[in-house]
Order: sequence, then structure tokens, then C-alpha cells
Amino acid sequence: MSDKPLLQVKDLKTHFFTASGVAKAVDGVTFSLDSGQTLGIVGESGSGKSVTSNSIMRLLPKNGRIVGGEILFEDKDIAKLKISDMLDIRGKDISMIFQDPMTALDPVFTIGSQIMEVINAHQKLSKKEARDYAIKVLGMVGIPDPEKRLKSYPHEFSGGMRQRVIIAMAIACHPKLIIADEPTTALDVTVQAQVLNLLKDLQKETGTAIILVTHNLGVVWRMCDSVMVMYAGKTVEYTDVRTLYSNPRHPYTWGLLKSMPKITDDPNVPLASIPGTPPDLKLTGGSCNFHNRCKYCQKICMQESPQMKEVEPGHFVACHFSKEELEKIGGSIDE
Amino acid sequence: MSDKDIILKVDHLTKTFKIKSSRLFGQPSFLNAVNDVSFEVRCGETVGIIGESGCGKSTLGKSLLRLIEPTSGDVIYNGQSLMGKSRKEMNELRQEINMIFQDPYSSLDPRMTTGAIIEEPMKIHNIGTPQERKKKVDSLLKMVGLDYYHAIRYPHEFSGGQRQRINIARALAMNVKLLVCDEPVSALDVSVQAQVLNLLKKLKDELGLTYIFISHDLSVVKYISDRIIIMYLGRIVEMGESEEIYQNPAHPYTKALFSAIPPVSPFEQKDITELKGEIPSPLNMPKGCPFYNRCVHATPKCQEAVPALHDIGPDHKVACVMYDQNNK
Repeated sequence: MSDKPLLQVKDLKTHFFTASGVAKAVDGVTFSLDSGQTLGIVGESGSGKSVTSNSIMRLLPKNGRIVGGEILFEDKDIAKLKISDMLDIRGKDISMIFQDPMTALDPVFTIGSQIMEVINAHQKLSKKEARDYAIKVLGMVGIPDPEKRLKSYPHEFSGGMRQRVIIAMAIACHPKLIIADEPTTALDVTVQAQVLNLLKDLQKETGTAIILVTHNLGVVWRMCDSVMVMYAGKTVEYTDVRTLYSNPRHPYTWGLLKSMPKITDDPNVPLASIPGTPPDLKLTGGSCNFHNRCKYCQKICMQESPQMKEVEPGHFVACHFSKEELEKIGGSIDE
Repeated sequence: MSDKDIILKVDHLTKTFKIKSSRLFGQPSFLNAVNDVSFEVRCGETVGIIGESGCGKSTLGKSLLRLIEPTSGDVIYNGQSLMGKSRKEMNELRQEINMIFQDPYSSLDPRMTTGAIIEEPMKIHNIGTPQERKKKVDSLLKMVGLDYYHAIRYPHEFSGGQRQRINIARALAMNVKLLVCDEPVSALDVSVQAQVLNLLKKLKDELGLTYIFISHDLSVVKYISDRIIIMYLGRIVEMGESEEIYQNPAHPYTKALFSAIPPVSPFEQKDITELKGEIPSPLNMPKGCPFYNRCVHATPKCQEAVPALHDIGPDHKVACVMYDQNNK
């Protein structure tokens, strides 16, 4: 194995060209990921998490284009690949798990034929071999009696079971990278725990890398090695989970960490919240995207967009000021 | 606990939906969405109702206002039964009992301005002159953290959090005493969710409201509620003070729910009691305890009958056979 990371995203920019202007949905995202590791992408809705993962899969709608940056997957820039070449990578090297298990499966085909479709697209197997293989992967994701279930239709499964089927399809071709876009948001808490454990176990067995897109920091703490925080299309902070929790550097990360309701919270203390709302993505650029909600905002924040800096090894932050400077400006983060 | 403090009493409330058979002359089947639910809400407190999807928590919330007509049982508000009320009387009462819905996007009419949306309930109930109503709208907007100029805007111009504020303002337009909040923050982002939760708490203290707070998010419910009711397949499995339930969860389902909460930090090592399987369809309800097929402590006894709620401490009730035996 080379010491190069499996996936490297450098200053990725994906813009949407709409009638009312250019929406900079992703406007400067940088991270890298090694085999066997899990990266969490967190952010609020509209921060560009899903567009980032869809850009890696090159699953963008017609008006969306990657306008800058590189996506190096095993040293190949897949941002500039032809769509026909991309088909060989999708489902085989990189596969995706979508948020809504109710709509990600085709209701008119059996589970078996949908899984075998993925297998046949990338591997030369006879019909029987493909079928046996489909049974095997269904068993791997913990579906009881997989041989019988091959003939079932999606509506015969519950939400958690459908998500297992989708995971089975995602792992069918031994991908090197799985992108899971909010895989458990549509599921109940007790089922969510089952699905997350399943993903973790499968990763241990197969050594795939996982990108986990979520808005739930608790899920990140449980699952991920490193985490990237996104805000209004930009990476604001990127480091390993423990550092992010114990030593967050960006004011947005502080706000995010504090506004999560925790089960241990004292009900008499009001929750910390970030005032205001995220900016319109058509108007961003030219300033720090967070400046209108940041209590440490200075003149420079409104004039210049901050660059990503490596403040300590492996800890990247996009803020004009260091933590010490911020504390001097606006007081400690705990106030 | 005196009866005076009790603002709402729910007495053996049951809602059964009739599901038509897919065959022409087939027998219809029955779905017990809410099954024999009884509890009390005291004036000025927040009661949280938690459960997974399909456990009947939203049906329960709507039944309380008779937006869904309950099949049997009774809801007693301030000493008067709601079940015998006529449509007109019920409308009058909805000035005092109101509801906030989950989805801030679909619960506001896109063709009405914010001002008109908030004013509408006052118009319906014929309260005040147009000038007075306009004044009231301005003060309501201010109360929920919006500005008077927002009144002329349309819902699509607002973000999710702001829309939920408009919803809250509309619910408060009348002289509300009891507010049923059905998942008011689950469609919102964390940073905005915290804003709305803080607002709800502030309004409760200022206006002396009573909340019934329905959610599937344990951390949120624990934060906002004084007492918690945990539902499973249409039945209450455990209820009590929120701190007490958090410290000493008794029912195996409650324990599993708490252990399924994601950790609060990456350093936290948690033992997860993973539940087997999923919530069964309420159409073919298992016999006996509804939790039987997923429970780690299941015994043959659990299949015999539905366990009743037992007191296991001050203001702490649980419906499980295990605690029944302890009492004997």
C-alpha cells in the first residue's frame, strides 16, 4: 500500500447556475481520506455536505458544475473524468448510500434483481454465481433468510431493513470508498444504532474508507476518525474527532458544539445557540461566510475570505484569527 | 396532588383506525394507533412524549384536540370533558388549547402574508378591531423574535427556524393555556433548533403556558420536559419525572432508547444495549406485552397479557412484568 491517501479533495468548487444567479453550493472544500478510515462531514442544511459527496460521485444535476479544484481518487483526478469512465468507478470503487431508504430502491424490481444488477455491471459472473453472491451479501448485512428475501419487493421491507439492502448493494463490489449521505436520518434511534454498528463491523472486515455525511455530531463521535465541518459551502475546520471536540478553533464549530442538546444538559440553563441564519449562497464570497453570525467579527472578516491554515499538524482552520486572538477580541468561548 | 392543578386529564384514550381489506369483500383490519392511554398534565408543566415512528405519539397529540376523533376514552380539560362537545364549543375551546406542527414548510399558507396568518385565528374568533388585531400581531412578532416589518412578507421568504417562529406566534394569538407541540424542532438544524427551544422555554415562563411536547429526540425531550411519557406501539410503557427516568430507567425499552443516544463526546465509551429487530407493525400486534419480541428479558409470562402500569417510585410508573413481581 502506498502512503498516499485514498482520496484527496483539494479546493473543490461546485456551483449551480440558476436563473437568479450562481449559487456557490460548494466553494472551497479540502480534505483527504485514507483506506480504512472514516471521515465525517458535518454542517447545517444547505452547507454543501450533500453536494460535496455528489460531486465526488459526479452525480450533479444539469445546472451544477465542478468549476474548480481536484478530486484525486488513487491519484486519478475524477473531477475531470468523462462520465462514461466514471461509470466504471461508480458502484465498483466508490459506492453510495442515500439518506432515504424508502425512495432509493426501485419499487417494481425485486431486491434480488437490484443487487444482481450492481454485481453484473462490474463483475463477470454467471447467473447462478451472481445469485449466490447476492445471497451472501444480504447475509452479511444481517437480513434473515436471505435466499427467500431475494424475491421480495422493497415495500415488503421496513425502513431499517431497506437501509440494510442498500448497504448490501453498496458493498457488493468491494468498494474502496463508501459515501454514506445521512444513512440513518430517516430511521428510528434504536434502528439507527443497529445500522451504524453494521457499517462499523463491515468496515473492520473489508477495510473500506467511509465518508459519513451527517448533521448529528453524536453520530460523528461514535463512528468517525476525522471530521470536516462545513459552513455555507466552505470547509471551516478539518481535523481528527478528538481534537475537534477538545480543541475547536473556529467560532462556528464552537457554536455548533455548544448548541447540540445533550442528555446531560441542565434544563435550567438556556441552550447556547448561534443567532441569525446562514447566508444566501448566491451572495457569498469576498468575505468570511460566517461574519454576520460571528460574535468575534472584525473589519477584515467582511473584506476577505479566510484561507485554510494548518494551525497544528493535521488541524486545518479557515479563520482570520487564532484562538488566542479570538479570545482577546470577544472573551472566552465558554461565556 | 390536588385536582385543581390538573389542566388536562386523559382517560383510557383509544384510537382505532379501520383499514379496508385489499380484497373486495375481505374483512377490514383494525389498527390500534393509541391504545388505552391515561395520563395527567398539571398546570404549568411540560410533559414530553417520546417514541419511535409509528408508536402513536402524533395520533395521541391530535386526538387531544379532537383533530382526530378518538374511538373511546375521554379527555378532560379543566374539569370538562371534551368528548361531548359540539363542533362550535370545540372551536371555542381551541382558543385555549392549540397545536404547533412538525413541518414549518407545509403548515403555513404560502399565499398569505405572515401578518394575515397570525391574524387569522383572531378574525375567526371575532376578537378586537382591525387596528387592535394589527397591534397584537406586531407584539406577537416581537415576542417570538421577529420584527414588525416581517408581517408583510410571505412564508417562502423565511428560513425554517423563522417559519417555526411564525407558527408559534399564530398559536399564541389566542389566549392559549395548553400548547401541544408535535415535533416542533425536528425539521430544524441544531443551531436553529436551540434558538426555538430557548424561545419555547422563555414563552412558557412569561405566559405561564403548559406544554405537551411530542418528539422522538430524547435529548430534546429531556431538556425541555418536567415529566416524560415513553410510548411503544400505542401504549405507555413508562412515565415519570424526567430526571428520575434518566437516572433510573426501568422498562427494557427505555433502557435501550437511552443507550441508543449517540455519545456526547468522542471520549465517551458507551455500552450499547442493541435492540433486536424493529418495531412490529401495529396491524399484527404481538399478543401480550407489545415489546415482547424485542425484549432481552422476555419470559413466557410476558406473552400472557398486556402488563399494566405499576408504581415503582414516587410519580414513576412502568408497564413491565418484571416490576409487577417485585411488588408482590
